[in-house]
Amino acid sequence: MSPNLRIAYRFLTAKKRAMFMSLACTILGVGLFIVTQATTSGFQSFFIKVILGINGAIRIEDKIQDTMRSMAAVGASDSYFSHREGVKYIEGVEEPQRVADALREFPNVRGISAVVSGGVQVSSAFKTENSPQLMGIVLEDHLRVSDLGEQIISGSLDEFRQTPRGVLVGRVLADRLQLTRGDTVNIAARGQSSRFKVAGIYETGYREVDKVNVYMHMSEARSLLKKPSGATFLQIGLHDASRAPADAARMVAVLRHKATSWQEREVTWLAVFQALRYSTMITVSVFTLIASLAMFNTLAMIVIEKTKDIAILRSMGYERKDITQIFLWQAGIVLAIGAAIGALFGRVVTWAVGQIPLPINGIFKTDHFIVIVDPNHYVAAIGTALVMVMVASLIPARRAARLEPGDIVRGTAQ
Amino acid sequence: MLRCTDLHRYLGQGEGRVHVLRGVSFAAERGQVYAIVGPSGCGKSTLLYLLGLLDQPDQGRIEINGQVMSNSDDLARTAARGAHIGFVFQFHFLMLEFTALENVMMPMRKLGRLSAEAMKARAHSLLDAVGLGAKTHRLGTQLSGGEQQRVAVARALANQPTILLADEPTGNLDVKNSALVFDLLTRLAKEQGQAVVLVTHNPEIAERCDVTRPMRDGMFV
Repeated sequence: MSPNLRIAYRFLTAKKRAMFMSLACTILGVGLFIVTQATTSGFQSFFIKVILGINGAIRIEDKIQDTMRSMAAVGASDSYFSHREGVKYIEGVEEPQRVADALREFPNVRGISAVVSGGVQVSSAFKTENSPQLMGIVLEDHLRVSDLGEQIISGSLDEFRQTPRGVLVGRVLADRLQLTRGDTVNIAARGQSSRFKVAGIYETGYREVDKVNVYMHMSEARSLLKKPSGATFLQIGLHDASRAPADAARMVAVLRHKATSWQEREVTWLAVFQALRYSTMITVSVFTLIASLAMFNTLAMIVIEKTKDIAILRSMGYERKDITQIFLWQAGIVLAIGAAIGALFGRVVTWAVGQIPLPINGIFKTDHFIVIVDPNHYVAAIGTALVMVMVASLIPARRAARLEPGDIVRGTAQ
Repeated sequence: MLRCTDLHRYLGQGEGRVHVLRGVSFAAERGQVYAIVGPSGCGKSTLLYLLGLLDQPDQGRIEINGQVMSNSDDLARTAARGAHIGFVFQFHFLMLEFTALENVMMPMRKLGRLSAEAMKARAHSLLDAVGLGAKTHRLGTQLSGGEQQRVAVARALANQPTILLADEPTGNLDVKNSALVFDLLTRLAKEQGQAVVLVTHNPEIAERCDVTRPMRDGMFV
């Protein structure tokens, strides 16, 4: 152990009560920072998983049509798509197979599902719903870009697969129409209506989706919606969903179709989660701020009480930087112990919070708090404490180092 | 070995500014014990702190082992203190959270000339020499005033300094302990060939020194 660390440790342990106050605040600051980040990030991550499981990472829709203005813009510079006013769209994807072939050249693309979609009227023996949205899919393609396989709560995918005139209905819509697996529904669109069998009921947890989306085999959907070719949109699954905005931008440039990443689609909710994370981060940083003030107070007291010791250390050859180090070591010791216990405390409380029942149904469905254990939260919590406590400790440490030994000895002797 | 010439020192600010030392010159040689005596406020301690490089003169020159230190920076003065000077203060100034042994080892740890084992052995030998060989592991708080001052003497000698400066080393002790500490200080210093400069009010102590320099109003008389 270095002489300075040895002295720091003894100085600190001589002020046990003040030291424990600083330590307790550091533990609380680090621990609660971790807990709040774990919960807010947990809900955010779960929300992202849900929306990726429903709509995929990128949606390709609407072909871009050049106009005279857009062509002039692209001729003038490379910033073709920044000039939004010059862009017009043709609804839907006219040649989904060609677009899909081009998309397969993107290394991050995991799967592509062409979807034919349109508004329909769904009637059961009990009630009629006018707002459902029919989704014509090729099941195997769609399973590669969604979590539909994991969302079935009644019936099965096999049943849907083996039933050409089968549909998958969302739980909320099924409840409203009082449908169960095996029931028959009448689906009408564009003046034509047909009877379909409920092969399964799914639940994404996103209430608006579960109330609206009805999945049907592509051929039946084309027939019902009178769309013999093309697709309403292509749903894209990515290996790394975080790269969706960059991939979407490249897709727009290459495919000349509108491409929307999940981050762009869900910008409002993501902003809400982000704001929540920052606000809780700021709130719990108050504990760390108190820890730094407590540390400042403890060290300031030690400087006052140990002026004679500082003088004797200086008289025996300890330099100003040694004195600074002795006081920063004290902060460092509290910080190290506080960070270690705080991280452990944060982990335990995070686990405990994860056990708390909390039924939520709206943008996702859960029956308990969702937490996430992310090493970055621990790094951020300890980093915040490190900066705040060390900055607060610098002031008394530098004050101690500035003390003139002659002044101290003279003052004491008087 | 230790020489100062025409030292001036002012203390205080503004109207309270006092000319404490008025052109003091002094020299100390190895193996000699010097007493600086005089009434309170005459500048004895101020001179001692200047000689010990704890303070800087407003004017004048201080040499230690031929090296001019009066204008040197804080780092050089600190290094010189650690290597050449040992201090004994009136109020012993032990670090009370540390044992007697640790207090004596502290200057050695900073200087870093010896191995950990050699430091420990030297600290034990010094504490034996001051009669505290059986109390090496006692904390400062568990030692009497006289014992604390004896530990302070051992600590001042730890780095084998060439100059030992003592500010009223017996001022806080009873007669018996005063004699004991003074005898220790002078015997150990003479054995190791150190110059001892002590400030004292005690005429009996002053009489037993090799040289006595009385001071009055910031000057030697």
